[in-house]
Amino acid sequence: MTNPALLQDGTPRLTDWRAMISGAVLIGLALVVTFFLDTPWDSVSTFRISRPRDVWAVGNLTVPSQWFNVIASVLLAFLGTRLFLKGGGRWTALALGIGLLVLVLSFLVWATAGKAISLTGMLQATVVRAVPIALAALGGILCERVGVINIAIEGMLLAGAFAGAMFGSLMGGWAGIICAMITGGVFGLLLAALVITYRVDQIIAGVVINLFVLGLTSYVSSQVFAEYRWLNKASPFRSFKIPVLGDIPLVGPVLFNQNLFVYGALILVTLSTYYLFHTRHGLRARAVGEHPRAADTLGIDVIKTRYAHVIVAGMVAGFGGAWFTLGSVGRFDENMTFGRGFIGLAAMIFGRWHPLGALAAALIFGFADSLQQKLSILNTPIPSEFLSMAPYIATIVVVAGLVGQARPPAAIGKPYVKE
Amino acid sequence: MDIELRGISKRFGPVQANQDINLDIRAGEVLGLLGENGAGKSTLMNILSGLYSADSGEILIDGMPAVFTGPGDSIASGIGMVHQHFMLVPVFSVVENVILGVEPTSGVDYLDLEAARAQVQEINTRYGMEVPTDALIEDLPVGIQQRVEILKVLFRSADVLILDEPTAVLTPQEVEEFFAIVRALRDAGKGIVFITHKLHEILEIADRVSVLRQGQVVGQGDPASFSEADLAEMMVGRPVSFSVGRAEATPGDTVLELAGVSLFDAAQDARLVDINLSVHGGEVVGIAGVQGNGQTELVEAITGLSPATAGKIGFAGQDITRTSVRQRHRMGIAHIPEDRHKSGMVGNFTVAENMVLNSYYDDSVTTGVQIDWRRVHARAAEACLSYDVRTPSVFLGAGSLSGGNQQKMVIARELERDVKLIVASQPTRGVDVGSIEYIHQQLIACRDRGNAVLIISSELDEILDLSDRIYVMFEGRIAAEFDNRGGGADRNAIGLAMAGVNQGINRDETRDETRGSAA
Repeated sequence: MTNPALLQDGTPRLTDWRAMISGAVLIGLALVVTFFLDTPWDSVSTFRISRPRDVWAVGNLTVPSQWFNVIASVLLAFLGTRLFLKGGGRWTALALGIGLLVLVLSFLVWATAGKAISLTGMLQATVVRAVPIALAALGGILCERVGVINIAIEGMLLAGAFAGAMFGSLMGGWAGIICAMITGGVFGLLLAALVITYRVDQIIAGVVINLFVLGLTSYVSSQVFAEYRWLNKASPFRSFKIPVLGDIPLVGPVLFNQNLFVYGALILVTLSTYYLFHTRHGLRARAVGEHPRAADTLGIDVIKTRYAHVIVAGMVAGFGGAWFTLGSVGRFDENMTFGRGFIGLAAMIFGRWHPLGALAAALIFGFADSLQQKLSILNTPIPSEFLSMAPYIATIVVVAGLVGQARPPAAIGKPYVKE
Repeated sequence: MDIELRGISKRFGPVQANQDINLDIRAGEVLGLLGENGAGKSTLMNILSGLYSADSGEILIDGMPAVFTGPGDSIASGIGMVHQHFMLVPVFSVVENVILGVEPTSGVDYLDLEAARAQVQEINTRYGMEVPTDALIEDLPVGIQQRVEILKVLFRSADVLILDEPTAVLTPQEVEEFFAIVRALRDAGKGIVFITHKLHEILEIADRVSVLRQGQVVGQGDPASFSEADLAEMMVGRPVSFSVGRAEATPGDTVLELAGVSLFDAAQDARLVDINLSVHGGEVVGIAGVQGNGQTELVEAITGLSPATAGKIGFAGQDITRTSVRQRHRMGIAHIPEDRHKSGMVGNFTVAENMVLNSYYDDSVTTGVQIDWRRVHARAAEACLSYDVRTPSVFLGAGSLSGGNQQKMVIARELERDVKLIVASQPTRGVDVGSIEYIHQQLIACRDRGNAVLIISSELDEILDLSDRIYVMFEGRIAAEFDNRGGGADRNAIGLAMAGVNQGINRDETRDETRGSAA
């Protein structure tokens, strides 16, 4: 009964609280921009695009700081007032999203006022930091699309990071990646066995796996790796430039001059989008996650489908975990995934259980992450503790406010019992 | 394709669900399978569709024995099951649902939706089903969803279709259209098993009938040779009286009055729109309508489970729009919930515990902060006797009672105390015929004691049998109002109102009438 015609004859309409709150928030942000992000009128923010040895050089982007923020606060105030007075309906989320984007931009302009930062470098870092989040989200999607909640993504990332470092040190990078994926897959199998066959509560099983992996890897890294350092000294994958494409200003370094993990994540996102929405088995998988009994009556093996997807999800997460070691420092540290798996699950929800949406969400989180990194270099008056909270605040804002009516697969969290 | 079932037996623990059943299903014929809930119809059909395997007996397809190890085998041999609860994925399109499991593909596992759409459309037009192939299931009315189920089995080239209680969710008009499709299928040479507990449907559509009772076939033959009374007696095992004998109503003061009540859900969609209705003491008011047209929300608004967004609810002269559930309850509103398993009882609690769910805080069963269990048990035992709840003991888990006894337990709990208004939502759903009779009598007895009774049911027969006045709900509104004193309401007009046709015409007439009589 979503028929809007029902509302068109003097029926009392509900106050649109969501729009009013969002409007108030935007007006508040306008005030913040006006009063706190205040800079001298003559200061200029400089964003560098090209680097000294680039083939095609492009000039720097300069923005008059104060003018930018005046325009930003006017825009925020306009959007906010409009939402507050007129209501936004389905545009509320969009307006709020634009408002937050404007806030972030003017914050960036304020922080760089009178200084210069490399825009290219920042976006490059954004993509790099988005990779583990996107892969975690992809693992989550593969599980949840067949109706299994995968809180254990965090543990699978950590296990992948650990296996990547250890086997990468022993047998080289490629073997490290393969072992990381196998390890992730094994934990996927464990989760599948617990929740599908033994019908353990999916949240509890996931938490148990997370704690187990954390305990095991922490023990080994503090007791064994400390002693035998050669076990934890892999050579990480370096970035390689794709010819011609890699020379395009801005886009080239950001997308086409990265390491294996970035390319791998992009390929996996593309592949899984095609798989889920354009193939026969993808359709069956989604049916299992929405209405397992219907799938069963049509001769689709619910149990097998769920097992396969949870194991593959574990492998994807294992690959994502290897990023932490083989994709950056080559060394494993205790709890080095640092909640990225959970952020990945937030990205999954924000991306509405769609691989492309999750990638976009992961990029937003990655941006917040790299923003924090840049800002701590710029020496802004905001304490770095606040800045390191940024990705998590972004998570809360995104999950609570912007998602709106995202609907998870219907059979999620419920074990399938044949009658 | 002809199918023969020979000596099929199936046992679940202590329950003999099917015992030595013989059945013939022939091509180009509609076999009516009649039986009460729990008579073993569904078990039998699940055996035929491969979900269960029989303990003994065999299935012959065109004379050849067949062994089914899973639904796949049964589908492969040409048997298609249309389940009572639809097996459709709500967020998939019609085509996606129809092809699921037997998808046409090209290239590397690529889903060929174009080819699929063409094939589905072809079947669609051949049997005149008029299903929009690209609509999402969740946007379609149940009548169309049912056709999607039929498309599904036809797409798998089924020759025998099993239709499990297919008319339970349809309006009378939809039932007519549905029967037309069933006849078209029969004439195309399909064998059809039509499972139902509605006698008049058997008489209308079946070419042959088999009656099941307690897992056994107790009668079969040409429906023309039976009367409704014969069939009912076979089905229940004793003579059944069809209509509840009820005297002329003597409406008293208004007990419940809703004025301009609207209700919005969390997503801010309108669930109830401008509801005006009244229930007087000493009358039964029925709410008819296809499920999901706001009945649930109406009950929630009246009982206080979801507060009305706008409008006023009056009860016995007081404004209760903002009153809490417990307050309303203590003021004398009894609520028999539509789904007893979800909100009427706690299956793992004993019968006695279930009986005090609504009064455990009351002085009558507590001493200080402590519940006086002896009093609780005594009272429960008494209530069981006076409301015909058949249980060996009040210490037994309520979940182990039969549906009818569970429902009677809920009714006993609600009616035992002093009430002025009974809100009974689907009071006889999933209840055996004997208990239905009893529950109906209890509700009429309540009316005759001068209480107001509001019955919400998707079974139009139940509404017509019990109600003195009938409101029809459609898309969250009161679409029409009918006077049914002496059973005078026009069944056809009600059906049309349920389908959303002629909204409001009857309402305006009767509204003025009732106003006149009230003044």
